[in-house]
Amino acid sequence: MTINLLAFYAFAAAMIGAAIGVITMRNPVHSVLLLVLAFFSSACLWLLAHAEFLAIALILVYVGAVMVLFLFVVMMLDIKIAPLREGFARYLPVGIVVAAIMLFEMLTLIGLRRFSTVPPVADAALAAGLSNTEWLGRALFRDYLLPFEIAAMVLTVAIIAAVALTLRNRSNTRKQDPSKQVLVRKEDRLRVVQMPVSGKEPRA
Amino acid sequence: MIQQADLITLLWTVAKILAITVPLILCVAFYTLAERKVIGWMQVRRGPQYVGPLGLLQPFADVVKLLIKEIVVPKDANRFLFYLAPVLAMAPAFAAWAVVPFDEGVALSNINAGLLYLLAMTSMGVYGIILAGWASNSKYAFLGAMRSAAQVVSYEIAMGFALVGVLICSGSLNLSDIVRAQAGDGGFTEFFFLPLLPLFVIYFVSGVAETNRAPFDVAEGESEIVAGFHVEYAGAAFAVFFLAEYANMILVSFLAAVLFLGGWLSPFQGWLGGPLGAPGWWWLAVKVVGFMFSFLWFRATFPRYRYDQIMRLGWKVFIPITIVWVMVSAWMVYDHWIDIGA
Amino acid sequence: MDLSQYLPIAIFLGIATAIAVVLLGLGTLLGPRKPDAADKTTAYECGFEAFEDARMKFDVRYYLMAILFIVFDLEIAFLFPWAVVFTKIGIVAIVEMALFLGLLVVGFVYVWKKGALEWE
Repeated sequence: MTINLLAFYAFAAAMIGAAIGVITMRNPVHSVLLLVLAFFSSACLWLLAHAEFLAIALILVYVGAVMVLFLFVVMMLDIKIAPLREGFARYLPVGIVVAAIMLFEMLTLIGLRRFSTVPPVADAALAAGLSNTEWLGRALFRDYLLPFEIAAMVLTVAIIAAVALTLRNRSNTRKQDPSKQVLVRKEDRLRVVQMPVSGKEPRA
Repeated sequence: MIQQADLITLLWTVAKILAITVPLILCVAFYTLAERKVIGWMQVRRGPQYVGPLGLLQPFADVVKLLIKEIVVPKDANRFLFYLAPVLAMAPAFAAWAVVPFDEGVALSNINAGLLYLLAMTSMGVYGIILAGWASNSKYAFLGAMRSAAQVVSYEIAMGFALVGVLICSGSLNLSDIVRAQAGDGGFTEFFFLPLLPLFVIYFVSGVAETNRAPFDVAEGESEIVAGFHVEYAGAAFAVFFLAEYANMILVSFLAAVLFLGGWLSPFQGWLGGPLGAPGWWWLAVKVVGFMFSFLWFRATFPRYRYDQIMRLGWKVFIPITIVWVMVSAWMVYDHWIDIGA
Repeated sequence: MDLSQYLPIAIFLGIATAIAVVLLGLGTLLGPRKPDAADKTTAYECGFEAFEDARMKFDVRYYLMAILFIVFDLEIAFLFPWAVVFTKIGIVAIVEMALFLGLLVVGFVYVWKKGALEWE
């Protein structure tokens, strides 16, 4: 178990270090990369907690998809580094207050848990003799039907909102509509004109 | 705290990893030679033939050449990210090999969530591309990186859905279990490529697009944006990108063989006795080489797609087909048209 | 589940990184280093001086692609555990997933009709 504990501290330290780096780096691209590292370390922590599926899904979704979007956005911002730093001192007190409230909330939650009657489950998947993914699937698709469908709703709303907010139809681009190309008929393009013979016969 | 036994396991693991990486790198080296030879023959040329007999030593000459070239870091480039990008491209491309099974019981790590792990590793490859484009501070590199990233990301969805189809038929995320699920008495009709034919085709085509190979190589597009995201890379840094790309191609070939063509199982299982009907690593090798050859064949045969055509194929053709076929195959399994694990 | 199966993966990641770093290091050691030679370090732009900084704004479609990718990636993450267990749960699971995919297809059709998937 000592190795596990060591690994836990190592990953936790990496994660906290990366998280501090995210807010102190001058270059936003470096910040995003450190955030990737933070997510990666937390995935390792989840793995140590035997949450195999969730750990890899965290890498797949956050590292593989969400952070790519972040990187796109940060790269697009045309970074001017100096102005970004100015607000730091001004927002620091607000930030500290928010962080303190969050810490308080988390501690309350943990405190309540300790007094609640539910004992921590050791490893439900192991107890049931199933792989982590399978256990999760059973829980998700048998016991939590409604939240699952609500998730679908939320995702659909996200798609529609993203399109509605960002899509601007530009008129000056050239595009190709294959269905129009296929549906085109001879009559639309070609006009056969009867022309009277004009002038004299060309001289031989 | 660390026992001697632990140390031995550790060394043994390292040895096994080297037993995967070293042949992999050699494979990449000869794959590049094979690429030039095959395309040469297809174009009625002879390909490289001066270094060593039949040009067999050409890859080593290339390696030496690349290593003794200067790594030029462009002015105004972000030096740290410029060096980090190739490392980020290579690490996931190689680490994905940890779960690939080579024969019955021969896999470095037999994790339960193998398929998910593979998808996660492939999705990390895009960082190397984006960072390379951004760090070089070159317009061509940036444009190539953006195109490439959007393309890789689009085809990853189609690929993910295709993998879900395999999962439905096998009922397990473990790659060795997936191969075992294709065993039976029906020869190659037991393999997953028959019930999942659309997904099989989509998987391999997405694999070609994912690795930015022809005919989906607009990211490189020599004739318009010179070389895409790695235009500013030279020498060893370029070699690392090259290594990652070819390792990914071989990985896609391996996975296509393992997931859809029964891996090390014989296509004549249950039909023929003797060595032809018996499973073995050589079957896997034959299938993999077949896929690797088609990568080269595609490159020599197809003209490059235009970017809007690539995006249309990915989003408007592949994704709808895969969604429908995932539901169809679920119904086939539920209705016992295909038996799970048989 | 067996955590020891993940140790080789961690070592593999380390070794892969090491190989890349060693290659880069070898390249730096063995290669010449003459950065001053004749504008070699300027970014490639067909022989012209670079007009402007390359880190420019680009088409909003790329972000849209990335956002759509996140949504579909999540969907795949949901499909994975489903594909493993749906036979054991039975018809309910299939109906459930059909509903889930159906909802997302509605979103997909909207995106399609809006023309967000058109390029140039």
